[in-house]
Amino acid sequence: MESSVVNPRPRLLAPAPGARRRKAVNRGMEVLCTIAALLAVAVLLLVVISVLIKGAPAINLDFLTKNPVPFGQTGGGIADSIVGSAILIGLATLMSVPVGILIAIYTTEFARPAVSTVIRFCLDILNGVPTIVVGVFIFGLLVLGGAQSGWAGAVALAAVELPIVARSAQEVLELVPGSLREAALALGLKRWRVVLRIVIPTAAGGLITGAVLGVARVAGETAPLLFTSSIFSNFGLTTNPAQAMPNIPVTIFTLSESPSPQDHAQAWAAALVLILFVLLLSVTARTFHERSRSKLRS
Amino acid sequence: MPSTPTERDPMTSSGPQTQPDEKPSAASGARTARGHSVVIKGLHAYYGQTHAVKGIDITFPANEVTAIIGPSGCGKSTMVRCINRMHEEIPHARAEGSVMLDEEDVYSPKIDVTTVRRAIGMVFQRPNPFPTLSIFDNVASGLKLAGMRGENMRERVHGALRAVGLWEEVKGRLNSPGVGLSGGQQQRLCIARAIAVEPEVILMDEPCSALDPVATLRVEELIDELKERYTIVIVTHNMQQAARVADTTAFMLDGEMIEHGPTSEIFTTPKDERTERYVTGKFG
Repeated sequence: MESSVVNPRPRLLAPAPGARRRKAVNRGMEVLCTIAALLAVAVLLLVVISVLIKGAPAINLDFLTKNPVPFGQTGGGIADSIVGSAILIGLATLMSVPVGILIAIYTTEFARPAVSTVIRFCLDILNGVPTIVVGVFIFGLLVLGGAQSGWAGAVALAAVELPIVARSAQEVLELVPGSLREAALALGLKRWRVVLRIVIPTAAGGLITGAVLGVARVAGETAPLLFTSSIFSNFGLTTNPAQAMPNIPVTIFTLSESPSPQDHAQAWAAALVLILFVLLLSVTARTFHERSRSKLRS
Repeated sequence: MPSTPTERDPMTSSGPQTQPDEKPSAASGARTARGHSVVIKGLHAYYGQTHAVKGIDITFPANEVTAIIGPSGCGKSTMVRCINRMHEEIPHARAEGSVMLDEEDVYSPKIDVTTVRRAIGMVFQRPNPFPTLSIFDNVASGLKLAGMRGENMRERVHGALRAVGLWEEVKGRLNSPGVGLSGGQQQRLCIARAIAVEPEVILMDEPCSALDPVATLRVEELIDELKERYTIVIVTHNMQQAARVADTTAFMLDGEMIEHGPTSEIFTTPKDERTERYVTGKFG
């Protein structure tokens, strides 16, 4: 190519002015983002590993299968707390998951847009209410004037679980393509049938994911239970929700307050059990999520 | 849902197309050979404040294919969705006027909207088989979910699959997922699903626009076969398609029906200047 001395023509593929600086900025941002991501992972690893290190020594079969021993003795375990937690979480889930899914169905399939917006807003606020406030509220409602009970604890947990399940169910139902609903309506099917036989089965994986995430969240909630199910009248396994039920979060709390180092070791071990349970649930939720997404995509 | 065992075809047939006409379905009695016409008078449709369809009068003759053509946004899909009352499913949308099927106004308050939709079926632009259902269950969905069971239902499903020419291709895998078929097959599956409920009228909203040319040709042949039993209204963006499949063509512009008549007339000797400009490609 000829180039005039007065007005030199630049190479066709020459880098634009300022390209080197922009490249440096790009690289810098990439590095920053990577560091941030690694930080998040590092925090998780830190928590899991430190609980693992401190808690693993105290974990043994006795720990998982025996009830706590009276103050001063060594040994014993948290079997009653494990059973109690399972019952409380189970009851809370039974109360909140069906209601949450029904709320989601109502807002996405039947309600007018204005009503649905209001309900969504309320659920978001409910999601943000501090769990200690929920605990105090249920305390005032169900415990004051009477006694603590497993039912009160379950209701308090359900109040925390409900907006989580409802919101995530809403998101999942909205992901079901409108074309499927249209196709079903155009066949002359009634709306409730369209919802029950077409929409829900299509969204089933995501609905389960939302429920599992709700369970994972309330598995570790302490504040609601502090007010409703924290004063246990007897040592020993109980399956009767009419009385206060021992549970893992409150047990961790009381064990860590104790002066005895054996109790501290047990508190760490209980924390380990809890964190493993939550991790397991989260992985399960993730697997369901992937499966349901690939089904909707195909 | 319980899985339906795939069964050997009990009847050997000379060709898949002859089956449906030879078998009157026991449940509904002998099918009338003569279809039903649809008469639209004074149809207006709104999305909120937007006036999308501005007073349409047209008759869709029985057992004929009528094509609705016009540029994007002229209201053709909206108008067609008013016929089976799908338009009102959109929030803040409403329609006024009358749509007469067999001397009854589908907008009459005495009539349940689901019966309207069973009599007037619809096929959409993008194939939309239900992803959680098998091929058989997809075609049966209009029947099963309305309570039909057993031998009767199975006959209808097989008949519908034969009518759309899918039977040979899927008879060995009726239980596999409906979404596992190719695009053209999925659209024919959706047509089978629509005709399984035995409507009188089939509305098609640009049914071939998402299909490749081979599949398009297959569907157009199917439309030609189907018109013997149904009245068909097809919205199409593709004028050549209208010329190929339609007996009558209607041209819409800006929510109004500009002109309608026999297809050959619309394309060779249109009466309105706007029609002439559209069909010769001067705009649209």
